[in-house]
Amino acid sequence: MTRLYINGIDVDLAEGTTLLEAAAHLGFEIPALCFHPGLSPYGACRLCVVELGDGRLVSACTYPVHEGLRVRTHSPRVQRARRMLIELLLSVCPSSKRIQDLAAEHQVERVRFSVRDERCILCGLCVRMCAEQMMAHAIGFVNRGYRRRITTPFDRPSEACRRCGGCLYICPVCELRCQGPEAPGVVCGSCATPAPTCPPIYEDLACYMGAAGACGTCVREPRPPARHMPDLTRRREGV
Amino acid sequence: MKVRTLEQLGTLAEHLRTARDHKPCVRVCGGTGCRARGSEEVLARFQALLQEEGLAETVELKFTGCHGLCERGPLVSLAPQEIFYQSVEADDVRAIVTETLRRGVVIERLLAQDPATGRRVRREQELPFYRRQYRVVLRFNGVIDPTDIREYLALGGYRALGTVLTRMAPDEVIELIERSGLRGRGGAGFPTGKKWRLARAAPGAHKYVICNGDEGDPGAFMDRSVLEGNPHSVIEGMAIGAYAIGATHGIIYVREEYPLAIRTLEIALAQAREYGFLGEEIFGSAFSFDIEIVRGAGAFVAGEETALIAAVEGKVSEPRQRPPYPVHRGVWGHPTVINNVETWANVPIIIERGPEWFANLGTATSKGTKIFSLVGKVANTGLVEIPMGMTLRELIEEIGGGAPPPREIKAVQIGGPSGGCVPKALFDLPIDYESLTEAGAMMGSGGLIVMDDRTCMVDVARYFMDFLRDESCGKCLPCREGTHRMYELLTAICEGRATEADLELLEELAQVVKETSLCGLGQTAPNPVLTTIRYFRHEYEAHIRERRCPAGVCKALIRYVINPERCTGCLACLSPCPQGAIRGQLKQPHVIDQDRCIKCGICQEVCQFGAVEVV
Repeated sequence: MTRLYINGIDVDLAEGTTLLEAAAHLGFEIPALCFHPGLSPYGACRLCVVELGDGRLVSACTYPVHEGLRVRTHSPRVQRARRMLIELLLSVCPSSKRIQDLAAEHQVERVRFSVRDERCILCGLCVRMCAEQMMAHAIGFVNRGYRRRITTPFDRPSEACRRCGGCLYICPVCELRCQGPEAPGVVCGSCATPAPTCPPIYEDLACYMGAAGACGTCVREPRPPARHMPDLTRRREGV
Repeated sequence: MKVRTLEQLGTLAEHLRTARDHKPCVRVCGGTGCRARGSEEVLARFQALLQEEGLAETVELKFTGCHGLCERGPLVSLAPQEIFYQSVEADDVRAIVTETLRRGVVIERLLAQDPATGRRVRREQELPFYRRQYRVVLRFNGVIDPTDIREYLALGGYRALGTVLTRMAPDEVIELIERSGLRGRGGAGFPTGKKWRLARAAPGAHKYVICNGDEGDPGAFMDRSVLEGNPHSVIEGMAIGAYAIGATHGIIYVREEYPLAIRTLEIALAQAREYGFLGEEIFGSAFSFDIEIVRGAGAFVAGEETALIAAVEGKVSEPRQRPPYPVHRGVWGHPTVINNVETWANVPIIIERGPEWFANLGTATSKGTKIFSLVGKVANTGLVEIPMGMTLRELIEEIGGGAPPPREIKAVQIGGPSGGCVPKALFDLPIDYESLTEAGAMMGSGGLIVMDDRTCMVDVARYFMDFLRDESCGKCLPCREGTHRMYELLTAICEGRATEADLELLEELAQVVKETSLCGLGQTAPNPVLTTIRYFRHEYEAHIRERRCPAGVCKALIRYVINPERCTGCLACLSPCPQGAIRGQLKQPHVIDQDRCIKCGICQEVCQFGAVEVV
């Protein structure tokens, strides 16, 4: 067992555990887009960066625990870095609900870069899904740097592809489009609107799963929230 | 013939020395720079003329590695007279043979000129370019023929390996390297002895040593020159390292763009095997070791060690996060020591002369010497080796000879795209790992680009960012998207479209890219931006607030105009203008049509009266 300290809390964990797993074990939620428990860790989206005792920022999904390690999962530096990374993601993938949600969660309220909608964040989940779970190796990365993209060999329909849909299933950005009450700008912000969303008003409705605010109920005079509902307006505080 | 003992090696070296010493020798530089300037032709002419003059038997002709002063190539040096000829053309060869070799007359016009006194000097050492250098790794460069192992042996080559294998335990070797204070010459400056100790302690039946010869910085040619000029020093160093950590396999990773280095290495490896310095039971010991060459396929990121490992394994060279470090899990999962070319080349001489000698060179934390490739707006471009701790001023102004007047040096870019720009005000900084890092630059592998007052620092940052956004492997978000966005912002500044908020965003983004990137490439990529903002913020502000490029470089912000008071109306600029944008008549001041002008600057170059001005 290895003892380490996450946000000041000491924890004993088995060797080989990653920091992401360790933090989850204690209930600290770290955002991660290129991580999936069924696939090998990749460390590419960098959203899961955490601050180590020596001041380095490392990706929690690939960093193994070791004795005496001190980790802060939500330090100001980490939060600042995550916000910038989310802003970068939004600037290339504004139509993704997942990223819009992340932006709302992290109070990213503007995008200062020129926007180009690429609908792919090159997290590589689909490539790993195809290779590691489907054993097909039908897709991969081509080019490098800002020209990098994911495709089949020579951009032609691949014979290795069995059309299993695993790549679509695992994609964190193409699965859901954000559909707010009006066509969203670069930052839609529906989910972050301080006006109450549906659940506190109508506890049976869960419209945030679909088109948040589309029914228009929540923008009308809100009813007092039901007593047993958790207060969703309170932000989750990082330690 | 295989050398089995130290005594055999000693006898062989002695024999080789006595067999050669009395012959006069002509050394033609065969470094890439001199070859580009025609040294192969010079060599061929020498061969023909020596034959013709009947001197082929009595004069030895050698094609050596880089002499260093690439600016004045092709270089030819004569021993034992110690005459150093520069800018030698094939047509000068006859004069050298008939005058100097036959009659001992020195040809004045081929001698190099001391820039300070204007005097022509005969010996290399009389030039400030060479006088201030201290050549340790490069000591045989320009002296020996790299394709003949006997030359290296005659000068004491492979004696360090023999000593280590017959008289020292692996731990003693590591301890010795630790005491010398040698640090990695590839960039980060990790202590070499410590790296070896970690690899030795790592469990594993197979271990590897790798020579990182993926030198990719624009304008850098240190490693190439060592591989081309003295490949055996690298091979010997690797064999010593392999013995120390318990490795049996060695890999030299060289860029495919270095065909000459690869060819030289192939010859050197074959000769080392022939003499038994590679292969089974080297020097009669139980130690067996061999080296293979792996050619890199042109990716800057492959110089990062985990990406290099991927490339060696035949995968796309993309880095992975460390730990595990290569000393624990390297090539195919085996413990691996990766050192840079120059680091390996330092090892034999540390064994030969002892760690104390090495530790006496340099500063408290940075020992030994460092090779730099000095390029850019400086009088003497070329390859230099200096003791650590020398100031930038000495290196640039005394060895480099400063900027050719009337230009003035403004800054120097150290460490390639991962390094930073150090302004002239900080030129008294000693060259060591810590000082350079503190200044926001880094030692890097030793690229040194000198910039004068006609260099726009925003444009420089933009150039490096363009290089990096292309060379980033694209795996992690901050490096892929961050370098691209920084390039976009820098372009906007260069084109006068940016606001103060953009500069703020650029700084913020640069910081995040530095902190969150996966590998060394991304973590250092913002350095050119951060250092130019730190030291040349006024230039950024001039672009943003005044829409003006102080250095007169950024095309969107400058105009070429003809000063009517200086223009003599000579018509010289009219026809070179590719746009036909200049109008004028003989003896009447000419005018540039701004709508047609593409700001190529040709008119300024052809004008002999300095009438074309940039505003």
